[in-house]
Amino acid sequence: MASNGIKDKVAIISIGCTPFREHWDKSRDDLVIDAVKHTFDGVNLASEDIDAYWIGTAQSGMSGLTLSMPLKLEGKPVTRVENFCATGSEALRQACYAVASGAYDTAMAVGVEKVKDSGYQGLNAFPIPTAGTNRTLTAAAMYRLVLPAYAKKYGVDEGELRMVVAKIAEKNHFNGARNPLAQFRREMSAEAICDMAAVAGQLSVFDCAGVADGAAAAIVVPADKAYEYTDKPLFIKALSLVSGNGSGLMDPEYDYTTFPECAAAAQDAYLQAGITNPREELALAEVHDCFTPTELILMEDLKFSERGQGWEDVLNGDFALDGAIPVNTDGGLKSFGHPVGASGIRMHYECWLQLRREAPAERQISDTSRNLGLVHNLGGYPGEMVSFVSILGTEKG
Amino acid sequence: MGGTTPSGVRAVCSHDEDTATMGVEAARITLSSLSGSINPSAVWFSSSNPPYMDKTNANVIHAALQLDTNAAAYDFGGAEKSGIGALKAALDSSKTLLLIQSDIRTGLPSSEDEGHGGDAASALLIGGEDDGDLIARYLGGSSANEEFIGRWRNPHEPNSKSWEERFVVTKYLQLIDSAWQEALSVTELSSGDISTVVISGSNNRAKNQISKILGVEKPRIDLFEDVGIAGTADATLLLTHALETSESGEIIALVVLSDGIEVLLFEAGNQKNQSKDTISSQINSRNEITYQRFLQWKGNLDVQPPNRPAPSRISASAAARESEWKHGFIASKAEKSGMIHMPPSRVSANPEDRIDTMDPISMANTSGHVVTYTVDRLVYSESPPVVFAVVDFVGGGRIPIELTDIDPEDVSIGMEVIPTFRKVFTADGIHNYFWKVRPARQ
Repeated sequence: MASNGIKDKVAIISIGCTPFREHWDKSRDDLVIDAVKHTFDGVNLASEDIDAYWIGTAQSGMSGLTLSMPLKLEGKPVTRVENFCATGSEALRQACYAVASGAYDTAMAVGVEKVKDSGYQGLNAFPIPTAGTNRTLTAAAMYRLVLPAYAKKYGVDEGELRMVVAKIAEKNHFNGARNPLAQFRREMSAEAICDMAAVAGQLSVFDCAGVADGAAAAIVVPADKAYEYTDKPLFIKALSLVSGNGSGLMDPEYDYTTFPECAAAAQDAYLQAGITNPREELALAEVHDCFTPTELILMEDLKFSERGQGWEDVLNGDFALDGAIPVNTDGGLKSFGHPVGASGIRMHYECWLQLRREAPAERQISDTSRNLGLVHNLGGYPGEMVSFVSILGTEKG
Repeated sequence: MGGTTPSGVRAVCSHDEDTATMGVEAARITLSSLSGSINPSAVWFSSSNPPYMDKTNANVIHAALQLDTNAAAYDFGGAEKSGIGALKAALDSSKTLLLIQSDIRTGLPSSEDEGHGGDAASALLIGGEDDGDLIARYLGGSSANEEFIGRWRNPHEPNSKSWEERFVVTKYLQLIDSAWQEALSVTELSSGDISTVVISGSNNRAKNQISKILGVEKPRIDLFEDVGIAGTADATLLLTHALETSESGEIIALVVLSDGIEVLLFEAGNQKNQSKDTISSQINSRNEITYQRFLQWKGNLDVQPPNRPAPSRISASAAARESEWKHGFIASKAEKSGMIHMPPSRVSANPEDRIDTMDPISMANTSGHVVTYTVDRLVYSESPPVVFAVVDFVGGGRIPIELTDIDPEDVSIGMEVIPTFRKVFTADGIHNYFWKVRPARQ
């Protein structure tokens, strides 16, 4: 892996996030302004104090104008980025590198998605003219491909595995119920989720991420200037991104029980950050639980579980708030909701709250011995995805 | 079926089939039975229910079969008789021709047309001794014509209408003697030489009476109970069935009652269709569907679709660029590593291969097995749910692809599947044809 890393070169000095909701009464611009205002308020800055901007949105707008017009920015460089569901992280990643290069002293990454104006359920990609030979499945159905493959490879009963992934949703709803910004704030039992009508294989709509409107924003500065803005900055320990070559779609070697792009991105990030035992070194992980089977596979790809053991670790409660390594303490995509362009920054927002010990008491993780958080954000489908991993820490090395 | 309940079962075109895709599948069976390779000089497609007007449907069949660029492609459309007319024209020609006759039968719920009709396609390769051993030799035939109003349907109308059957029968009865005698005369045969009479047509009463006149107690070849009356495809479907069950040297008379009478006499040859997909085997491996689903597929029952956007029309230029893949299921195989890429790719996923070192490889006649699968109840489909499978092919190659002709409960890892040419959806009147897989017939 050819990566020199970005450890301790850049710090986040403020993050803001809107509630994720079906915001029938808020426009995309309203959401952007709310998130940016929340972020500026945290450090007493204003838009003219920021040297450069990145706006991530999958399909709610095009070009830098998506940000510069609602914020009435004057003479500022603004770039719109898109990288499927990892769009928000991509915006943050670009801002970090711009600061690390020395080109700017302050940069802001904003992520936004306004999905609920389409009138349809789920997310709907802007149609690109094609020959009509591409897959047209819903994402839920595509992620469900991993369940029969996982059950067969590890000899797990398919009915039991279905309950395992429902337990993941149960945990994320438990956490989301303790998060005032989350879209779904009701606890759900795994049994109730299993009893619901199926939408993809045996998966129900409650195995899918919430579909919400929302925005989030973050400001980054050079690490050595971070304390000029805040007493408790978060230092970037690693940033990695892997864009797959789609070989999983055509290579019979691929067995649909792993996401190789995620495993590779994690490996790079652990190397950059100097992490050898993530399960014991990380205080928490915010991962891309777009569908319940995704989180199961990620536990193994991110090395929180041994191969073939993730399902047992889920049943053991290892990823609960009080577990060995808490995962998705804010409810994750499942319960917090998934405004595509905003989600990546939202994940960093939860690390911000937890590592600074500012999360609501009912979900603040109790172990104070660890000070590193991991964000995993992906876009695409099994066999063809982009995967982002970052690691954040409270101490500058 | 609604209303009257005729006996037997009927063949139904699936929601993702039309007369062109059924024609492709029939032709694939016909061509797969050849020992050598034969390049027809043209493909002729006949249907009373073509997917397109104005645009030639034979072209997509030509593309799906990957026929030679210089092979012609023509449609014979409109009347049911266009099928037998194309056959006669082909038999009188000296060319090697691929004939495809295909039909989807319509009829209002509970109508006799609904109860009697069956959807089917047949494909015949017409040639001479130079092309190899013959399945049957055409000995000669006749026509007898008269204008009368029997069945009719205006363009843009979905369903046919019929005049009182008792009148229509009289017209066929008036014509049969002339047609029969003329056919015997031109072939210098007598009635006693005929071992099998096959009678095709939409009018059951006329077929029964004429079989008595011709001295046939009950036509030996009859697919009414197993397929139904297949319109444009009916005559050649019955002929194909007769040839699958006849002995070499037998004389077969094909009598077609369709706006007049056509008689064709054949002598069964030494050659047999070698495909395991005979008409009988297909009938025996059928899937059954509910009447509700039948009505849905026929467009006679609108059901609530998933709340997802309907697909956009495909791009003509993109489809033309990708025609070998889209229509022919031609993948690419890397020269050095041998890795098969579906869809075809200029760049290999194996780093030992160099850019642009790929050879085309046809996947259309391969088989594969299911690696894993999913069932999508949310995605737009004309007949939800959609079953999707990751398929590994024998000899290499993998693709995630729709698995059709299956109940979601019946999918299992490891099951054998084969490619099949289907219509994925229609948008802005443009049919999106591509390949799916279906369970292999055991």
